[in-house]
Amino acid sequence: MSQPVLKLEGLKKHFESTSGGIFNKKKGVVKAVDGVDLEIFPGETVGLVGESGSGKTTVGRTVLKLYEPTEGKIIFEGNDITGLTRKQMKPLRSQMQMIFQDPFASLNPRQTVGALIGATFEIQKITPPGGVEAEIARLMERVGLNPEHVNRYPHEFSGGQRQRIGVARAIALKPKLIVADEPVSALDVSIQAQVVNLLDDLQQEFNLSYLFVAHDLSVVQHISDKVIVMYLGKVMEQANKIDLFRSPRHPYTKALLSAVPVPDPIKGRARERIILEGDLPSPMNPPAGCVFNTRCWKVQDKCRIEVPELLQIAPGQSLACHFPEPAVPAI
Amino acid sequence: MKPFLEVKNLTVSFPTEDGLVRASNDVSFTVARGETLAVVGESGSGKSVTSLAVMGLHSRRSANISGQAILHLPTGPMDTISATPEAVRKLRGKSMAMIFQDPMSALHPYYSIGDQIAEAWALYNKGSKADGIRRATEMLELVGIPEPGKRVREFPHQFSGGMRQRVMIAMALVNNPSLLIADEPTTALDVTVQSQILKLLKDMQKEFNMAVILITHDLGVVAEVADRVCVMYAGKIVEQAEINDIYYKPDHPYTIGLLNSIPRVDQLEGRRLQAIPGQPPSLISLPKGCAFRSRCSFSEQVPDNRCATEVPDLNEKLEGHFSRCHLTETQLTRARSLAGSK
Amino acid sequence: MLKYLARRLAATLMVITLVSMSVFLIFDVLPMDPARLTCGKGCSPAVIEANRHRLGLDVPVQVQYGRFVKGLFVDRQYGDGAAAFSCPAPAFGYSFNRHECVTTLIADALPVTFSLAIGAFFLWLLIGISLGVIAAKRQGKWQDKASTAFVLFGISLPTFISGILILLMALKFRLIDPIEMGRWVSPFESPIGWAKNFIFPWLTLALAFAATYTRFTRSNVLETSSEDYIRTARAKGLSEKVVLRKHILRAALAPILTIAGLDFAGLLGGAIITENIFNLPGLGRLSIRAVLNDYDLPVIVATTLLAATFVVVMNLLVDIAYAYIDPRVRVA
Repeated sequence: MSQPVLKLEGLKKHFESTSGGIFNKKKGVVKAVDGVDLEIFPGETVGLVGESGSGKTTVGRTVLKLYEPTEGKIIFEGNDITGLTRKQMKPLRSQMQMIFQDPFASLNPRQTVGALIGATFEIQKITPPGGVEAEIARLMERVGLNPEHVNRYPHEFSGGQRQRIGVARAIALKPKLIVADEPVSALDVSIQAQVVNLLDDLQQEFNLSYLFVAHDLSVVQHISDKVIVMYLGKVMEQANKIDLFRSPRHPYTKALLSAVPVPDPIKGRARERIILEGDLPSPMNPPAGCVFNTRCWKVQDKCRIEVPELLQIAPGQSLACHFPEPAVPAI
Repeated sequence: MKPFLEVKNLTVSFPTEDGLVRASNDVSFTVARGETLAVVGESGSGKSVTSLAVMGLHSRRSANISGQAILHLPTGPMDTISATPEAVRKLRGKSMAMIFQDPMSALHPYYSIGDQIAEAWALYNKGSKADGIRRATEMLELVGIPEPGKRVREFPHQFSGGMRQRVMIAMALVNNPSLLIADEPTTALDVTVQSQILKLLKDMQKEFNMAVILITHDLGVVAEVADRVCVMYAGKIVEQAEINDIYYKPDHPYTIGLLNSIPRVDQLEGRRLQAIPGQPPSLISLPKGCAFRSRCSFSEQVPDNRCATEVPDLNEKLEGHFSRCHLTETQLTRARSLAGSK
Repeated sequence: MLKYLARRLAATLMVITLVSMSVFLIFDVLPMDPARLTCGKGCSPAVIEANRHRLGLDVPVQVQYGRFVKGLFVDRQYGDGAAAFSCPAPAFGYSFNRHECVTTLIADALPVTFSLAIGAFFLWLLIGISLGVIAAKRQGKWQDKASTAFVLFGISLPTFISGILILLMALKFRLIDPIEMGRWVSPFESPIGWAKNFIFPWLTLALAFAATYTRFTRSNVLETSSEDYIRTARAKGLSEKVVLRKHILRAALAPILTIAGLDFAGLLGGAIITENIFNLPGLGRLSIRAVLNDYDLPVIVATTLLAATFVVVMNLLVDIAYAYIDPRVRVA
């Protein structure tokens, strides 16, 4: 097997929260990400799902070193980039790009589309074969924008088109890895599919790897090869898409999947439904033992004391639970 | 079933500097007590505008509203569009109530939860402040908030998103309304919390025998809770039918397209999503003819270029199943099977 | 909450101490010699040195500061031997030009400035908030346009012009007695006489502030009106009156409280221009006279410190009031 594009080993990111004011007393530590391992191979998509406060977005940003990791290793194409400085990271930036949730907020409103896409070449001091202008036109065409609109400003485009601009910018330097943070969740239903299909096509064409961060399990299920389920900074379960969605082993995964509404009234209403009680606990003050124990419907005393380790239960499938669900045999 | 709310030819437009925005156009539907009507559409389809008009919550200065929204009250029918603002105000909270998308911003940050619910209660009930707080506590208990006696004195920022939506529901139901309009009530919530809130809404509907209008863009949520569905596009209802007809026999190319464009967690085979090309038209310069024509893959099948020249009527093709499309039933059956829909 | 108060109080005291130290340091490095200024041109160096000693300026600045702080708590002695005299605590110093304890000078001026500030404060809040609310509620209508005109007028007209105009008008229509003008009348003896004395200075000050507050209120009310929770209030069935009074104004006026407090505190330090136009013997006149005419250092130091203290203390009060209004601040 080829070497992974991205490998994370025990990645942790803790934020210190302070009280503010002149004394700035330390109040506590938020363990936003508390030990994540993953591998993404060329042409592969790893989906990172979880509810708000699960730490999935922080993982994406730490991978790109927008945050400095607290612990663990980030290995990009076999090289450890954990300790690299901002300057040392710069040449690598063309290899790893990001697509954001809100295409409007992430595009400078005073720059034309051409300037926005062209800036990526400027920053890396790269002149594409055929010149920057021709390349911008080619990219716009590739992502489904009319190249004649090169001089328009972001506000003149619809939400879906703006996300296409974001995609064009991300693929301009032919990166190996794209971290996509909720790339379609701000878009209307009929537009989501367009962008998802575009991402699919680009992956085929350039053998791109995606780290796809999203809360919408339907989209993640559609686009991912492997899926990691996070809860309060920890990985609950990690598996191939088919295994995870067909036979979730972690009680949280199972509850999460059962909560996703299915656009099929008869099938949807007949499904077994696990409704979790309460809300996510505060990440400032996570429960002892298994972080999920306060909402788990299978909770036992052991779960409140002992932290379950993330163990490999089958090739490519790991699980952090003392009392996992039985595997559903493949039909 | 006798409808509680009857909306007839409701049209809402907003004059702006760029021109008249036709946000909601000739919308008609009914909803009875105990029934859940889902209004589905994308942003700008007119689904929220319509319900705000029913509630009388548009500023009469900025919106032009015509048509009727008749509430069949025990005292007789009343049209909230033609009634005086004061008369409509006295229906709000008591006969019809509404909850909103973002529970984070929908509660006043400076008043305690108890004060806000008691304020709504005191509008239509006589009693002391303490009675109001007692009633608020009961409501909090009813909507499943733990330790209601303590939490009634707390402020919105001390509640999580899901808990705030419960508070909103408690506040909306405190005067036992006959109609509840829920505008994207779970969109801002996590999926595990969403299923709690949807269940709560169902339970409350039974408890109070309410008519519920659920406004949403999420076809999954609709499938879980609705009895009937209106699909809106560019300000108009394009299809209206019983829940199963919408999902298993969709009659409008837009509905067919939507159902095929959404990824589904229950389908593991790697099918490619069938995206609807293009984007919705501007509400200021709606195209002649059918607003969906430019995105529709079947419009060439209609003879005489009618899709471009003639706005299709909302026809009742089968009983209780309305669709705004020039295609014949045979053509639609083909369209459905072509699109891979069941 | 108590812990928060204690912390804020400690911080406030620290700030006041720092400010007072800086005031001493600043006047110490200024190239002015108060001792030199005490006598005329032909003054002998011996007299100057003697005066320097009497002024207490012959010791290092930190000792001067120490004596000053001590004087705030115990009576302070000036000079020695037969020429010695004392100011009772709290002593802010002794003005050799005026031959008075600075505390006495301030005690005379403070009621005047306070009267001026408090009256103007209520007047501008009343005008500013009502005009702002009306303008917001009648957005785009003639009331809104009229208030915009008032705002432009009030902001663009400097106080020294508006004050003189108001004074001239008042004199022309015999609303002010030019001889009685500026004479201090205690509000406890004659509330009407007091108000009559201050009404035109109040108008002068209020005009400038009211314009700013009108604009601020208008934009805050408009912004709050479009909040989701206001829509919720209407959806409950509340009347427009209740929505405005209970829901919009509470949220819209909270931030106004902050600036209002600070503006008020700023005025307590003395409204130099207004006091001068209307011949009011307040803190503003006291300090401007101390600076321009005599370089009366003890008075300058005292008034500067007082003005700074007002601002810092008011800032604390405003924060406490804010925590009372906005529950989100309370927990922090």
